[in-house]
Amino acid sequence: MKFTRRDVIRTSAGVAAGLVGSQLIGRPAFAQDALSFKPEEGASLRLLRWSPFVQGDEDAWLANTKRFTDATGVQVRVDKESWEDIRPKAAVAANVGSGPDLMLVWFDDAHQYPDKLLDVSDIGEYLGAKYGGWYDGPKGYATRDGKFIGLPVAAIGNAIVYRDSWVKEAGFSEFPKDTAGFLELCKAMQKIGHPAGFTHGHGVGDGNNYAHWLLWSHGGMMVDEGGKVVINSPETLKSIEYAMELYKTFIPGTESWLDVNNNRAFLAGELGIIANGISAYRTAQINKDNDPKLTEIAKDIRTTNLPIGPVGKSVELHQTTVGVIFNYTPYPNAAKAYLQFMFEEAQMSDWIKGSLGYCCQTLKGFANNPIWTEDANAAAYSRASETLRPNGFAGPLGYASAATMADYVLVDMYAEAVTGAATPQEAMEKAEKRANRYYRV
Amino acid sequence: MSAQARSMTSTRRTSSLSGLTESKGFLSFWFMLPAAVLLLVFLTYPLGLGVWLGFTDTRVGREGIWIGLENYEYLWDDSIFWLSVFNTLLYTISASILKFALGLWLALLLNENLPLKSFFRAVVLLPWVVPTVLSAIAFWWIYDSQFSIISWALIELGVIDQRINFLGDPNNARASVIAANVWRGIPFVAITLLAGLQTIPQSLYEAATLDGASRWQLFRFVTLPLLTPIIAITMTFSVLFTFTDFQLIYVLTRGGPVNATHLMATLSFQRGISGGQLGEGAAIAVAMIPFLLAAILFSYFGLQRRKWQQGGGD
Repeated sequence: MKFTRRDVIRTSAGVAAGLVGSQLIGRPAFAQDALSFKPEEGASLRLLRWSPFVQGDEDAWLANTKRFTDATGVQVRVDKESWEDIRPKAAVAANVGSGPDLMLVWFDDAHQYPDKLLDVSDIGEYLGAKYGGWYDGPKGYATRDGKFIGLPVAAIGNAIVYRDSWVKEAGFSEFPKDTAGFLELCKAMQKIGHPAGFTHGHGVGDGNNYAHWLLWSHGGMMVDEGGKVVINSPETLKSIEYAMELYKTFIPGTESWLDVNNNRAFLAGELGIIANGISAYRTAQINKDNDPKLTEIAKDIRTTNLPIGPVGKSVELHQTTVGVIFNYTPYPNAAKAYLQFMFEEAQMSDWIKGSLGYCCQTLKGFANNPIWTEDANAAAYSRASETLRPNGFAGPLGYASAATMADYVLVDMYAEAVTGAATPQEAMEKAEKRANRYYRV
Repeated sequence: MSAQARSMTSTRRTSSLSGLTESKGFLSFWFMLPAAVLLLVFLTYPLGLGVWLGFTDTRVGREGIWIGLENYEYLWDDSIFWLSVFNTLLYTISASILKFALGLWLALLLNENLPLKSFFRAVVLLPWVVPTVLSAIAFWWIYDSQFSIISWALIELGVIDQRINFLGDPNNARASVIAANVWRGIPFVAITLLAGLQTIPQSLYEAATLDGASRWQLFRFVTLPLLTPIIAITMTFSVLFTFTDFQLIYVLTRGGPVNATHLMATLSFQRGISGGQLGEGAAIAVAMIPFLLAAILFSYFGLQRRKWQQGGGD
């Protein structure tokens, strides 16, 4: 594993601070390899995670889980749910105090019910110190008031996935880097019958990724640093107007799309450009039914980061998943041991590799995984954890930011405007009112 | 105590015990107790809790405080809530009328002496038997904006030249979810009304036929009046099922596009569970109660009117 000089200095400083701090508050110091949890007698665990889009992700996760069971004797049942169902299931489990022991939740879900989650600061600090530190974005989703309320498992990178030959056919030798050029490309793609399509429906990943990119790339924000709702702004208006222009070039039906629709249509050759995780490319590449058409599509696919808007820099949400332990679990030590085990190098490296670039490491020490360099199409996803901008920017993460996203406030704002259900100004005002409800002005 | 006195006391005890066991009130109490407990635990308590939550700002993972009517005041000015009320009423009324008309028609057909009658009666039940989520997923494909078999077939037949945007256009989406609900709900109405049709004595039809009644008059003055009590019950249940539908919408559209298919039930779930605003979600759910009560009252005091059942007018 290769650390930069900066990583070494930061890690050493972190460990030193941990030692000093732990002595001050009377807790045992962390020795890097000394952290271990003894599972309770007769412990068994249930983990609920999101359905995988890349089979290798699930295979590697289950293989790692089996290793844990072999090593500790603790049985772990891994259940999966569709992406959209994770959020409500976690909310219900937290509220009623019953359900899976561990869950992989989305974004800032953990901030909705921090009191119901087990403090895993010991593992968080230990792993951070051992593996070069956490990336700030994912760490923010998993920490509250200086404590780890979960462990950021991965960022699921979102990037443009396009058909190279069609982009060239549309008259573009390379993919545009800015939003103005991107709009021109989408117009040209529509003309040659290979349109773009971005999710305006209630898709947890695709819908939110697209809406946040629209907003942030134009300088808009849901709230300011103090948590005051500032969505009603000239920048937001510009982003809506841009979205309306872009929408005119889309394939029909994007208003109702959920997370799977764009992949499906793209792989059927209906679309020339989508924004998605690497799963769209990998599905074509793996091509488990040996469909010759899909083989051709895989060869033609290229990926790149979303264009840069008037704000002048790349700003994307990316999907982040956090592993949490509910504090009602009767086996907290077993659950902690499991999480720790899954993050240790042997397991985490295999999982990142197995997920074929779908899951981006949240610990800097795993950034050199060969999966990011073996295939040029993985590069656009390799820095998702490093570059992501957290939900609810520029305000604090918390209940309000999580609930605003869960209620699709931003997604609906764009959908209302682009479909003509509301004027841009009305859509903004509605979003402002709804967000204020959560941020309680 | 003398032996005689003891014997008298014992006899009195036995007779009071046997008196108790023969007492209608005592027995009724014990027989009804399990049902009452079940209703209290699984119906009254959740309902009471829901009403209470609607007056609080309870969030997922956090106890709430009493905020009076604040949730309702917010909803009063919330255009999405009113859109969901409109959608729910449109969905319930349209789907119920269609289910009733088609279900009655199907019941009348199945009541005739058709070949393979039992087979057809069993087949008709299939949409009702299939779990809603499965049929919703089937409809999801049928309505897919890119892969819809309906669009494909119509394009192949030359009827249309571009795909129908079933779930992307608000009105199409509403019509699509109503159609899916009707498909699923018809069997319930048809089979229940069929059961009602079979209780109508054949002699009444024979007597009316002897009096020279036409097919329409047989239906209007014999079938319909005698079927009205069954229609009232069936349609009450059908309206309740439709009004509180959740699964179809959740799988097909998640309330989209742009909240055009959000029903009160799905909005309540989105706000209360996914969004964590348990208080507001509960308030939306409680707001459904007046509509449900109105539907039940209409059914009982409207459709069950004696005059209608006796074939008369108002």
